[in-house]
Amino acid sequence: MDVRSQVSMVFHLDKCIGCHTCSIACKNIWTDRKGAEYMWWNNVETKPGTGYPTKWEDQEIYKGGWEKNGDTVSLKGAGKFRGLKNIFHNPHLPVLDDYYEPWTYKYQDLFTAPEGDDQPTARPVSLVTGEHMDVQSGPNWDDDLGGSPDYARQDVNLNQLSEAEREAMFQLERMTFHYLPRICNHCLNPACVASCPSGALYKRGEDGIVLINQERCRAWRMCVTACPYKKSYYNWHTGKSEKCILCYPRLESGQAPACFHSCVGRIRYLGVLLYDADKIEQAASAPDDRLVDAQMDIYLDPFDPEVIKQARLNGVADSTIIAAQKSPVYKFVKLWKLALPLHPEFRTLPNLFYVPALLPTMATVANGVYDSTSKSLWNGVESNRLPMKYLASLFSAGDTGKVTEVMKRLMAVRLHRRGVTVGDLNSAEISQALKEVQMDGSTADEIFRLTSLATFDERFVIPPAHREESIEMLESTADVKGNTGFGFKRKPERGL
Amino acid sequence: MTSYLLFVVLPYAALAIFLIGSIYRYRSNEFSVSSISSQFLEGRKLFWGSQPFHWGLFILFFGHLIAFLFPSAVIAWNGQPVRLLILEIAAFTFGLSALFGLFLLIYRRLTTRRIQIVTSKMDLVVYAVLLTQIISGLLVAYHSRWGSSWFAAFLTPYLRSIFVFDPQIEAISSVTSLSLKVHVVSAFTLIGIIPFTRFVHFLVYPVDYLWRSYQQVIWNWSRKHIRTSRKHSEGYKSTNN
Ligand code: SF4
Ligand code: SF4
Repeated sequence: MDVRSQVSMVFHLDKCIGCHTCSIACKNIWTDRKGAEYMWWNNVETKPGTGYPTKWEDQEIYKGGWEKNGDTVSLKGAGKFRGLKNIFHNPHLPVLDDYYEPWTYKYQDLFTAPEGDDQPTARPVSLVTGEHMDVQSGPNWDDDLGGSPDYARQDVNLNQLSEAEREAMFQLERMTFHYLPRICNHCLNPACVASCPSGALYKRGEDGIVLINQERCRAWRMCVTACPYKKSYYNWHTGKSEKCILCYPRLESGQAPACFHSCVGRIRYLGVLLYDADKIEQAASAPDDRLVDAQMDIYLDPFDPEVIKQARLNGVADSTIIAAQKSPVYKFVKLWKLALPLHPEFRTLPNLFYVPALLPTMATVANGVYDSTSKSLWNGVESNRLPMKYLASLFSAGDTGKVTEVMKRLMAVRLHRRGVTVGDLNSAEISQALKEVQMDGSTADEIFRLTSLATFDERFVIPPAHREESIEMLESTADVKGNTGFGFKRKPERGL
Repeated sequence: MTSYLLFVVLPYAALAIFLIGSIYRYRSNEFSVSSISSQFLEGRKLFWGSQPFHWGLFILFFGHLIAFLFPSAVIAWNGQPVRLLILEIAAFTFGLSALFGLFLLIYRRLTTRRIQIVTSKMDLVVYAVLLTQIISGLLVAYHSRWGSSWFAAFLTPYLRSIFVFDPQIEAISSVTSLSLKVHVVSAFTLIGIIPFTRFVHFLVYPVDYLWRSYQQVIWNWSRKHIRTSRKHSEGYKSTNN
């Protein structure tokens, strides 16, 4: 057992209101720079939809992630041979237009326009070329199902559905959507790291954050192809790739990452998971129907004395182990089995888990008549407005059993709380629902609490970074005292 | 005198600038060492330019290197006319391919709006030197047959004399072929401007990717065997302590 710790995340989709505050918080801090304007390390998509970059989930186009290859996995569109062969021109690289051409407006024209009969306008100008442009698309162009025939109906996850199921989904009265906020998953088997020819990408041992060494990156662009989530971006101005850094400077000082901190819907949770690194390769190469289970097996029980012992032997700090025991992520993912990884079939073992949205299913349409009377309160999860097959394609590599199970658990919590607060359901129905998912009332209450009433410190359990130790390892402390400070490489010596 | 300048002073100056400049740039500002690829802004035209250009140069570079390192092997190979022809035609083809690619790259850079934005003055210098280099090379190959044989017999001794600090320039300065002189001079110019241009990216071609482990984990503090393991998806020894 090789116990390591990983800072991991849960997003509760039922709570996301699609406000994009998270994206803006991130943009303001990290990517409001030349060459990075088009990057959204955090982006929010509407599902069904084609997302950003367009159709990123379709690996027939982008060749991201890993493929099963016998007992192990190999990169789908990169790797040692393919990477070096394609280094002069990477045929699978998304280009600017697959994202969108960033733009701003000539606001100054509003002030400087000469007096005339027409209202002055601020025309859009490209942030790349500086010329006037017609805006064609943006990072959330299909927000709230805007332009559905072009976007929602092109969603790759619909491939799993039959023609009839698709038509049913897009009936006006039945139509529904949810938001999907995405950041880098700081994967356990990161395809981006494996694909980098110059070794610029790495995973931090202490907390598992995946970073790109900006000095070492040589613009070979392989990580952009290899990341199946398209969360490594190429900065066309500096000639270096960049990606989400999970706000590590904030984490190291005990603050939540900016997108977590600013989240209006409070959908985000962050905490430590302990995992067994010996099992990574095995889990990444599990057959499709075992993928989610195999990944769940990697994560360890932070209360198990044997795990604690091994963790200590491996140098995991005690404070980190305590953080792992309090981790809300551990609860959602392992204890309560409510959260699933996004597209586990990409085999990168992502560490961002989603609680799927339990979309309202109260009303049905029969012969064109909208009918809100139903036998049971929410009609059961099978009549969910988004078909289980669709959700399974997002969160469980097509295994509808897995998502149905999660939905049933979420439903049980709802019924239980309805019983507590409104009390209009018969108790047999509630206990039946709880029994079916082997959950007791107090667990349901706990889930309810962490879902809706949790405080800041319950949602974000950040392990202390112990930088005091690392600085002693990295540099002589005597040196540090005489140094100029952050960002400088030379001593503050007086010039000639 | 001119010969002395061109074939002794220039080579040494170029090599010195190349060595000191590249090391200095790498150590003082590694961030600037990048291929600064523009594929992200324009991919289709790049394919037709970049592939023939790079592969052409790649092969020619190794061809010249072999002739420099093992001249007798090349002469022996050329002993049979068929083999000589194969070698010459192959080399000429790769030269043409590089030239063709370079034309497309220049065309792309000058006419695509998005690429103009990321074009620096040094890029134009790079193009000028490369054009001179490739065209003069092709002329030499066409007019002064057979280049592969006399390179080994005649240029290699000169180049070696440079590297052993005993420059012998009688042979090269008595050459009448202008294209050959241009080829040699522009080659040293090219070497000399490496530290100031995007040429630096060829110095950091990532061969070590071939033997490195796929996954890389870096620790801040020492942690037993995990850090020295080279197994897939396990750790990798950090270089920072
Ligand atoms: S999500 Fe992509 S960029 Fe992030 S660690 Fe995984 S493979 Fe790398
Ligand atoms: S800030 Fe929170 S609620 Fe708003 S879009 Fe982002 S994740 Fe959703």
